[in-house]
Formats: sequence, structure tokens, C-alpha cells
Amino acid sequence: MTNIAAIFKKEFRSYFNSPIAYIFITFFLGLSSWLFFRGFFIGNQAEMRGFFGLMPWIFLFFIPAVTMKLWAEEKKIGTIEILMTLPIRDYEVVLGKFFASFALLVVTILLSLVIPFSVMYFGDPDGGIILTGYIGLLLMGAAYLAIGLCTSTLTENQIIAFILGIFICFVLLIIGEDIVLFNTPDWLFPIFSYLGLGSHYSSILRGVLDSRDLIYYLSVIGFFLYLSTLGVESRR
Amino acid sequence: MIEVKELTKSYGPSYAPTVAVNKVSFQAHAGEVLGFLGPNGAGKTTTMRILTCYLSADSGSATVAGYDVFEESIEVRKRIGYLPESAPLYTDMGVLEYLNFMTQVRQLPKSERKERIRSVIDTCGLEAVIQKDIGELSKGYRQRLGLAQSLIHDPPILILDEPTSGLDPNQIIEIRNLIRDIGQEKLVLFSTHILSEVSATCSRVLIINNGAIVANGTPEELASQAKGEEVVHIAIRGPQEAVEARFDELDFVSQWTHVETTDDIVGYQINATQESNAAEALFHVVVQNGWSLTELRQESADLEDVFLNLTDKEQT
Repeated sequence: MTNIAAIFKKEFRSYFNSPIAYIFITFFLGLSSWLFFRGFFIGNQAEMRGFFGLMPWIFLFFIPAVTMKLWAEEKKIGTIEILMTLPIRDYEVVLGKFFASFALLVVTILLSLVIPFSVMYFGDPDGGIILTGYIGLLLMGAAYLAIGLCTSTLTENQIIAFILGIFICFVLLIIGEDIVLFNTPDWLFPIFSYLGLGSHYSSILRGVLDSRDLIYYLSVIGFFLYLSTLGVESRR
Repeated sequence: MIEVKELTKSYGPSYAPTVAVNKVSFQAHAGEVLGFLGPNGAGKTTTMRILTCYLSADSGSATVAGYDVFEESIEVRKRIGYLPESAPLYTDMGVLEYLNFMTQVRQLPKSERKERIRSVIDTCGLEAVIQKDIGELSKGYRQRLGLAQSLIHDPPILILDEPTSGLDPNQIIEIRNLIRDIGQEKLVLFSTHILSEVSATCSRVLIINNGAIVANGTPEELASQAKGEEVVHIAIRGPQEAVEARFDELDFVSQWTHVETTDDIVGYQINATQESNAAEALFHVVVQNGWSLTELRQESADLEDVFLNLTDKEQT
């Protein structure tokens, strides 16, 4: 536990020691507010569905950017050789790095609370839906982070980790969508509709936090974190 | 403290593997400075990476401080300080921040952390840069910080991969002295491809080539193993023709080469048969002929000869 905490602290500080965190937070808030508010006033509805609907697509590009360096950079500059010869288990390093990236996401999402507060200023939105929406956002973001972390273990090239991360997130996001399911063979239908990141997210957005969705997200996170430890171990 | 048996590791696809380490066996004990000598790509780094639990091996066994490298890797890692080649460090961290991070991941008790950081800063001469970011440090300071990092938990075993590469001559001497000091009580295993480094620093040398150990002994032992002719440099004040004629008559001189002439001093390199004690004999020759001797120097067969001998042979 203390090992995980040490890695977490180091990685979290490293986000803020470099421009990454500031650029990430600024662009994320700027882009999401802009895209949300330009439709918000036209729609003339005090609700945040539009905001939550945008998030899977914005995250698609922002989140792999947060995780791409976590392992790829260690491999590139060779620091992984010191890191992985410390008396720490591989999974502890993986978890420390994952939690650090998750903490950055939490900070960013907390700052984005400006948006619901402005919406409340303009009207009277359903607070319950906003709350579950934010929980869904954190779960989906964490799943993306786990995927991005996993692709980062596979290469020493950050660009490859980034693109590969986007690709896997994208595939998982769309396989649950109606357009894809419509063209899916019958026997694949239940698998795809269960595996789709997007379909679980939209059911959370309806204001219901179902344990099945929770279990689904936790499994995706667990699975990709497990793959990450395998990815780290593959050096041997 | 380190015991390696028949260690083998190959890379690449199983149908065409590249053997990096081939049945390497050796032992090393506390108080030794063990030099790993070999040409680039000989398998030094791979062996070190296996000992530090960074890589696994295909076969063979290795124990460090009594713990098996493959089965009890966490225990092994606790007892080793490791400096990888070219000292990879987090460039976005500060020097103190980095050392502090290392005390945490090395699980040092909170009460000892400050003291340990202070101690490695003193040992490695980092006082001048403690306020800086690692990214701003020169190559020499990075190397020292890398060394500091490996010493922070006061490990009984230190493994250093080319600790002096890329340093200027003054820094090299400092690092060597440091290694020698540390080696008084700890076991230091370090690799290099620079020959003079080995005789200057090591109490024992392992010469490794193409993944296999080709020699193992003290620098002196290895040098005495080097077979070949004795080489003597001599400079004589005397008539050149007479001197050369005399050389031709001597039995023990197998070959002589005229090196230089300054004014009336003639210089030669003489290859003599091994048991002749050529230097002394040449002195008498010069005295008997009434010439005067201005230089007489015997070149001892050194590590370089051993190295070239062993590593060439393997390649052809």
C-alpha cells in the first residue's frame, strides 16, 4: 500500500511539474464548455444531457493523452530499469500510475462542476440525473484510463500508445451502439451490446445507477489493469 | 553473496534465437570489486539485468545474498543497488525530490530518510546541485545522482553498468575512487569495456565474450597468463651500426626494430624470448661495449593482451 502511494504521489506530482496537467485541464474545460453551451442556449432547456452526451467523444482524445506517457516514457528513457528493479511488485506500480491518472481526471471533473452550477443558475435541472451523470463520467473515464495505461505498456513510442488507446476505446465505445448492433450477426448481438462502453454509459445517464453497469465498468478497468501488468512483465 | 550457475538467456524468436548469455557461472563475495569486462554486446548488461531481477533467464540459477533471483525476487531487490547504463533518471523531478522518492519506494523508515539522503549527497558530491532539476544536470552529475540512488538504502551489493561511460577524466577518477571505497565492505559488480579501469579499480576480473566467461581472476593473475614475448624498449648512445650488429649476434633477441634516432642516441624496440631476462642482459651488453644507456624500459604483458587474445580468438 505504501508503495502504491509512493508511485501515486510521484506520478501525480509529475503531471503538475510539467505542463501536461495545465494544458489538459484548460483545453478540456474550454472545449467541453464551448461545445455544450453553444447548443445549450438554442435548446433553451436547463438540462445537461448534451454535456454528458459529448463526453465519451471528448474523452476519446483527451484520456489516452493523459496515459500515453505513463509507461512509454519510462521505456524510452530507461527509467523503467530502475523502477522495475525496486522491491515493488509490478501490480503496485500499475495501480499507483492508474490512480495518479485517475486523480488528474477527478481534479478536472471537479473543475468542470462550473457547468452544472451555471445550468442551475439559468434554470432548474434534475439534480439526481446530474449526479448519476457525473458518476457515469468517472466510471467511463476510469475505463478509458485503464485502456490507455495498457496500450502505454506495449510500446516505447507515446504516439503509438496514444493512437492505439484511442482505437481500442473507440471500438469498445461503438460496438454497443444501435447502428453497429443493427448489422451484427444474432449470435454476437448479446456480447456486443453487453461489451459496449457507450450503452452502459447511456443507461447510467438515464438516472439509474444499476449494479450491472457498475460491475461492467469495474470489470473493464480490472481487465485492462491486469493486461497492463502482463504488458509490463513481457519485458522479461 | 552472488552465486551464478549455468545462466543462459537468449532473445528473439524461438526458431532463430540470439544467445546473449551462455552458461555463465561465477561467484562473488563481500569486499570484492568485481569487474565485468568485455566488448560491447558481450552480454554484460544482460547478466546484470538478470541479477537485478529485471529480466528472467531461460535456464540456470542465480542467488543473491542467499535468495533466489527468480523465486524471491523482492528479497533480492531489497539487497541490491542498481545503476543501469547511462543513468536513466526522471528529468522532470528535482534532485532532492528524486532522492526522497527513492527513500519511499525503498521503504526506508521515515526517521532515517533525511539522514540517508544527506549521507548519499555527501558520498556522491551532490551538494552543489541539490536545488536543481535533474533535467538541468550535466552528464557527470546525473551519473553521480544515479549512483546516489543506488546507495540510498545502503545495500550490501552494488551493481553498476558502465558507471564511468561518458564522463571526463577527472570525473572518472572520482567515480573509481568511490567504487574502491565502497568495495571495502560491500560487493561491487561493475561492467566496463575500458581496460585501464579494471586494473585501476577491481580486485577481480571476469572477461566475458559472446555471452560466455572466458577468463576469471585478479588483474595480476590474468596478466601473468598472457603468453608471448617480452618487449624491451632501449635507447643507447653509441654507434648505430655497431649496436645493430651486436643485436644480431644475441641469442635471446628474436627481433629488433629501430624506433628513432635523436642526435647520437638510437632507440630500439626489442622482442626477446620469454625466459631470457632481456633487460638485464641488454644492460650488460651495453656496458661491455662501452656505450651508455639513456633508457631501458620493460613492457609487461598487461590485461590488454589478455583481453585481445581472448576476445579475438572467440570471434574467429
